[in-house]
Amino acid sequence: MAAEAAIDLPRALPASRPANLIEQTLAVGRRSVVRTSRQRALLIFPIIFPLILFAINGSALSAATRIPGFPTDNYRDFLIAMPFIQGAMFVSISAGVDLARDIEGGFFNRLAMTPLRGEALLMGQLGGALLLGVIQAIVYLLVGVATGVTLVTGLAGAIVLLALSILISFAFASLGALLALRFGTGEAVQGIFPLLFVTLFLSSASLPRDLIKASWFREVATYNPVSYLIEALRSLVITGWDAEALALGFGFTILLLVITLTLSQRSMRTRLARR
Amino acid sequence: MMRFFNVARGVAWRSIHNTLVNPAILVPSLIFPLFFLIAFAGGLSRIGDVPNFNYPPGYTSFQFVFVFLQSAAFGGVFTGFAVARDFDSGFARRLLLSAPRRSGIIAGYTIGALLRWALTGAVVTVAALIAGMNVDGSGIDLFGLLGLGVALNLVSALWACGVAMFLRTEQAGALIQMPVFVLLFLAPVYVPLSLLTGWIHDVARLNPVTPVLEAGRGLLAGSPVKVAIAFAALAGTGLLMAVFARRGLSAAERAG
Repeated sequence: MAAEAAIDLPRALPASRPANLIEQTLAVGRRSVVRTSRQRALLIFPIIFPLILFAINGSALSAATRIPGFPTDNYRDFLIAMPFIQGAMFVSISAGVDLARDIEGGFFNRLAMTPLRGEALLMGQLGGALLLGVIQAIVYLLVGVATGVTLVTGLAGAIVLLALSILISFAFASLGALLALRFGTGEAVQGIFPLLFVTLFLSSASLPRDLIKASWFREVATYNPVSYLIEALRSLVITGWDAEALALGFGFTILLLVITLTLSQRSMRTRLARR
Repeated sequence: MMRFFNVARGVAWRSIHNTLVNPAILVPSLIFPLFFLIAFAGGLSRIGDVPNFNYPPGYTSFQFVFVFLQSAAFGGVFTGFAVARDFDSGFARRLLLSAPRRSGIIAGYTIGALLRWALTGAVVTVAALIAGMNVDGSGIDLFGLLGLGVALNLVSALWACGVAMFLRTEQAGALIQMPVFVLLFLAPVYVPLSLLTGWIHDVARLNPVTPVLEAGRGLLAGSPVKVAIAFAALAGTGLLMAVFARRGLSAAERAG
């Protein structure tokens, strides 16, 4: 039912003038947020699953802190970055599937007959994913702190961590949108999910890169941008204000966002071709 | 009895045929264990250097046993997804109408799960050998390890069939998968039980998957431990799951 929700433009705007880009974006975004908030299963699973893995691996891998040179004596401090990235990957699937459902259900075709701009539709569609990203980030941080994770950068670090994790979620959501626009089916978007998880596990998520024994794995983790997203979040917890780690983390996130939004925008033009 | 075997054979053939001809089903069941093997045996191999970590064949072998048994369990789980899909598509209802001995349906799905895992288990073993896994156990020990995998696959398939038949929707997927996933990861996955500390040690000590994993690792290392306990735990759980799956089938029959 949520997928059939209409964009409520007439109530929001005077009938005399056409909606501008921001108003259009807000209208589509409102629909996206309402749809996401109505799908409670969609909200709960992406939040719970990374926390289960965090709880289990945080204890099961605590012996790793006895490896000489390990950067902290609390493995949870080291691992807390992982749920944020896992959550962002779930957000990408959620955003992609929602968009694909609109394409499959013919909603996009109906919108093509309206003056709605592609940019507004794309950004608005990501509104629900953004909401999910914000909720997840806050929950992960609170659970982390409640289970003994301490941020050496304090409150300011927590704010930066939240900002970066929300930005990462948004970048992954736009990746999901790109997949949906390219393939047009939810099944195809979900099929990509295992690949996203591979990038997480082939990163420095479980051990610091300099402590990874297998040289080929260390190489893969070094060339894997996901390592830098994790290391930026992690630096705020265990290292302090590490300008290089933060620059790489924000840099790769913004790069992913720019690339996926640009390509999505192109695909959107094709999807909304007004013939 | 003949009718039972005919139904079981038909369902098993369909199950394995659908797996082999549909890449969307086949690829994840092959890729996931491989990727766990790479991530754990490759990425975490330094864990083998932790003081008091003592497993002579090495960390790749240590992780291989977990991934091998995990692939067995997930062979059953994926079959549960197929059962749920059959109910969603309406095929299972037609099957219930046409099968002369309905208990053969459960047997067919579990045989399908075993055949599916035979492929995955073989791929994981070859990959581990290529990655340099050491095998210190004898032929009989390895046969024991294979037996553990077969029994775990059976238990997991019966659980998955039971849940899928009780709920009869693809949305049962999370409920089929999560308990298996959590039980597996609450065992000593990364280090031996003696190196676990805190709550995870207490939980792992009570977890029935722990003796199965320890027995498997002992068999691969050629120094068997807890083998009888592991098989007894699997036999007991298997009996319970067989009753559960049969009751699931009865619920599906009543639902029509």
